[in-house]
Amino acid sequence: MAATPDSAPAGAPATLTVERWSPGEDVIEVTRTPAPGAARGTWRTFRETVRGLMTTFGRMVETPTTVQYPEEKTAVYPRFRGRHKLHRFDDSDPTHPNLEKCVGCSLCAAACPSDCIRVVAAENTPENRVSAGERYAAVYEINLSRCIFCGYCEVACPFDAITMGHDYELSDYDRADLIFTKEMLLAEPLERTPLRREGE
Amino acid sequence: MILGVVGYYEAWWVQILKAIVIFAVGLQLVPVVLLAERKVLGRFQSRYGPNRVGPYGALQPLADIVKLLTKEQFRPTTSVGLLFAVAPLISILTAVAAFAIIPFGNVQKIFGEPVGLYGVDVSIGPLYLFAFGAIAFYGIMLGGWSSGSKYSFLGAMRGAAQLISYEVSQGLALVGVIITAQTLSLTGIVEAQKGMWYLVPQFFGFLIFLTASFAETNRAPFDLTEADAELVGGYNTEYGGGRFASYYFAEYLNVLVVSGIVTTIFLGGWLLPFGIHPPGWVDPFVVLFKMGLITFLFIWVRATLPRLRYDQLMSFGWKVLLPLATLNALVTAVLVVVTH
Repeated sequence: MAATPDSAPAGAPATLTVERWSPGEDVIEVTRTPAPGAARGTWRTFRETVRGLMTTFGRMVETPTTVQYPEEKTAVYPRFRGRHKLHRFDDSDPTHPNLEKCVGCSLCAAACPSDCIRVVAAENTPENRVSAGERYAAVYEINLSRCIFCGYCEVACPFDAITMGHDYELSDYDRADLIFTKEMLLAEPLERTPLRREGE
Repeated sequence: MILGVVGYYEAWWVQILKAIVIFAVGLQLVPVVLLAERKVLGRFQSRYGPNRVGPYGALQPLADIVKLLTKEQFRPTTSVGLLFAVAPLISILTAVAAFAIIPFGNVQKIFGEPVGLYGVDVSIGPLYLFAFGAIAFYGIMLGGWSSGSKYSFLGAMRGAAQLISYEVSQGLALVGVIITAQTLSLTGIVEAQKGMWYLVPQFFGFLIFLTASFAETNRAPFDLTEADAELVGGYNTEYGGGRFASYYFAEYLNVLVVSGIVTTIFLGGWLLPFGIHPPGWVDPFVVLFKMGLITFLFIWVRATLPRLRYDQLMSFGWKVLLPLATLNALVTAVLVVVTH
């Protein structure tokens, strides 16, 4: 049998004081009983079995912790990185009413590690003014079947035009349907994801 | 014609009808137990269990059966064809045959005919049970061997050793009851419990029998024949579709049979405590209720105890259970002789 950790080493000199290292308060101490004989072992097996049965029975009378997913959803955190959103300026903004924030600089595409963003920029003209800057994104596509939701595009964007939303239900039957165009990203998304309340 | 303990003859058509009814009851109980196991096991693990098919998942067994029966019948090229097909049948056959002796009630007058609410009241009840238990082992053994797969073979070998080891203790645990009741007929044993259920005087016998029954039905924590962590699926690794369904059915019917036997032998069968004597038609429901309790215990233990190691299983069977069972039988025998 192994020596118990409390006992001092047998060959240690008497003058040596052994200071026991304290493991701290969050360490669970496991009580070990000596190896039982036949009768005691049988009794111990029985006793521990009954104890185990009571433990599981306690779990049974509790309410299940299952979240019935499609019907009820776990709330996401505010900084959860879901599907991207492209943004416009506010309707009420006097300088740029309802213009797109994206100026087609392609910094998001450059930052994207999985190379899933495609931006084709075009010049704004006085007749056709789409964005607030000189240029706008004529084509803005995110291939969501490649996106790894790292959020680097959001970080790279100088105008906060692209942010990560909360939507994570993105499965589809066709890969082509997972290429999100500018219109889809600009559209106010169907908020299908509950958001965590403050301090939740 | 079968002569029961009470010495009455049942008409031949009554016996045939009875056989059909009891088989149908057994057949209907298996899906209930199947669903109950999954639901209750779910609750033990803080989840709901199946709840998508039908109200509260009630149609889940039906969906399972349809799925299994529409699957392709395949077998490995190394398997032995005939035995591979016959083995699940042996399992299911012995389970159904054992189910026939569970008494659901005493002899009732139904439309003027005396009918015993059981398949047969054999005068050697427990022996009959052990006989079919021994044949049931062929179902596992042949199935595992004829699959021609090492996992199946290992499972079958374990099953063989396990069944032989625990059948001894199971039998000896019943000896105490049989000595006290002085009959081998199951209805006779129930009648002998009029004063007090054998659960009380034979408590150790009850525990030993129950433990050995877990091993006999290959249920956790003694499910080493299946041991999915190490043997893939044990003896039924190579089985799929309807044949696997047969094994599955037999397993759950065996659980029901053992519940019925425990009910009959230790829980007083159709008798109610505190001197309540309900009308005869209540008897089967009393038995079913008690069987449900024992089945719940089976599920409870499955949810609680981890699977034993093989050497632990063997040493527990031979070094703990068998001496205890022997001691129980001896002490009971001495007590019976002293008190008579």
